[in-house]
Amino acid sequence: MKAGMAPLLSIVGLKTSFHTLDGTITAVNGVDFDVYPGETLGLVGESGCGKSVTALSVLRLLNPSMTTIHGQVNFDGKNLLSLDPEEMRMIRGGTISMIFQEPMTSLNPILTVGEQISESLRLHEKLGRKKAWEKAIQMLEIVQIPSPELRVGEYPHKLSGGMRQRVMIAMALSCNPRLIFADEPTTALDVTIQAQIIRLLEHLKKGSNTSIVLITHDLGVVAQMASRVVVMYAGRVVEEAPVVELFHDARHPYTKGLLKSVPVLGGDKKTRLNEIPGIVPNLLHMPKGCSFHPRCSMTMDICKKESPSMIHFNKNRRVACWLATDDF
Amino acid sequence: MINFLLKRLLAIIPVLLGITLLLFFMLRMLPGDPAQVLAGQMASPQDVEMIRTQLGLDQPVYIQYASFLNRLVHLDLGLSARTQNPVIQEIWARLPNTILLSLCAITMACVFGIPAGIIAAVRPYSWVDYLVTIASLFGISMPVFWLGIMLMIVFSMTLQWLPAGGIGTWKHLILPTVTLASFVVAFIARMTRSSMLEVLSQDYVTTARSKGLKENLIIIKHALKNALIPIITVVGLQFGLLLGGAVLTETVFAWPGLGRLIVDSILARDYAVIQGSILIFGLLYTLVNLVVDLIYAFVDPRIRYE
Repeated sequence: MKAGMAPLLSIVGLKTSFHTLDGTITAVNGVDFDVYPGETLGLVGESGCGKSVTALSVLRLLNPSMTTIHGQVNFDGKNLLSLDPEEMRMIRGGTISMIFQEPMTSLNPILTVGEQISESLRLHEKLGRKKAWEKAIQMLEIVQIPSPELRVGEYPHKLSGGMRQRVMIAMALSCNPRLIFADEPTTALDVTIQAQIIRLLEHLKKGSNTSIVLITHDLGVVAQMASRVVVMYAGRVVEEAPVVELFHDARHPYTKGLLKSVPVLGGDKKTRLNEIPGIVPNLLHMPKGCSFHPRCSMTMDICKKESPSMIHFNKNRRVACWLATDDF
Repeated sequence: MINFLLKRLLAIIPVLLGITLLLFFMLRMLPGDPAQVLAGQMASPQDVEMIRTQLGLDQPVYIQYASFLNRLVHLDLGLSARTQNPVIQEIWARLPNTILLSLCAITMACVFGIPAGIIAAVRPYSWVDYLVTIASLFGISMPVFWLGIMLMIVFSMTLQWLPAGGIGTWKHLILPTVTLASFVVAFIARMTRSSMLEVLSQDYVTTARSKGLKENLIIIKHALKNALIPIITVVGLQFGLLLGGAVLTETVFAWPGLGRLIVDSILARDYAVIQGSILIFGLLYTLVNLVVDLIYAFVDPRIRYE
């Protein structure tokens, strides 16, 4: 979309497998996508499709003794997957940070909010104890927490879910990262608080050149925040499109299904909410051919035999489906 | 906080009362006649009777109990039937030895047990973890008296490095401490391992990693502090038990502590001393528990006593 601009993050052929007692599970199977400076990319899919694992693989936060990661994660001219652990550690929280899904459990219960924000500042920005604490108060102010100079000394259990997510955001933003993975940042919150958090993220986004990868299953959030969308299903990318095109002209039957299953306000109340039949396949027993074919309403013979390859329509438009052709 | 402390200190009184009640009547159900034991096999029935009256044992049990409580309120634990010394004095002469030994043992147990548990949890199912598991199994299942005797044979008799018993120098402390600590080390290591494993899988540990913190810092600052509550519980309970349960170790190493005093007194049916020492144990145990509760609040900000 941003012609001529080099991507900030370029994921090529990412493949992440977990070694479990039941066998090897490939949670992410050949994922590619780019993130450009300053953009918000929506990464969409059902639970278990590998969205979060993709983010955790990029940051190398998965236990190395139980996982193997293949492929390339190019960030700023370096392949993150081949950095030594110390170099990778300095990137985490500094240039790339992450906001987690569960604000109730993602903050350490026995450290004050200020301590949890300022420890990154001391590490990455080399601030002294006092300076880091002052910056932590500033950060709380930026994420619109009332009376930050009081809140900074409090423990997470005294804060509401929305407040805690604000603290998480303050933590993720504190060292001016160039890229933030926001993993379902609003899922665990009340609807009214969700809107507040989304508005806050948008507001913060405006004043900076930070890129955000917004991981979510909530298409409303995507419509509001993202400029481009990557849709994942069972560990693979099935479709990518600019956000407007995706909502008006989705090409993959899975994406269409996702869009149809969003309830419409004021719609006919008597009709049932649309759903995609079936469930996400078990990663240990993936169907042959296209992994979506057992749930697809337009299955053809070839879908059951061979996995479709990615068809690129243009730089920002691609889909992996046997039905997709140029004259689709 | 002050209120909580006062309440807890007051609560010690009914606990101690319960202890005395149980103890007093259980002791009197024991077979054997203290007056007879004291007077000796050759004593005439008149002498035995005289001793009985002297000790007040001719009175009904409830009157004995009432007068015991009456004296207790005045902090008088009575006289030892064996030595005729005040019970307080008998206990006071041995209590420091027991506390010293227990402190050494619990310190050693923490110094070795907690790091061993952490290392095992950080590298689960590695050779270090298996080593800790096997060593703990030995520690937990080894009978104390057997370990004590084995250590004595090796380090005192064969190598002649350390004294076999008694007190005096720091060298006298080593073998009883090791013997006493072996079980506790193992117990603490197991507890630390499982508590750490649980904490290390928590979301906030992943958050800490996502901030780029050093792994050592994550383990000590973010994980260990959270894993500490069950460890403190175990350390407190074990320390309480050590204070009262060092009987075997004290016997094997001829360590003049409270444990041996109790055993000797039971054999001699020296009611006053038994009652006094058990009461002191009860007091120490409840105090240790109170301290443990206070440490909880110190470690975990979510725990507050109103």
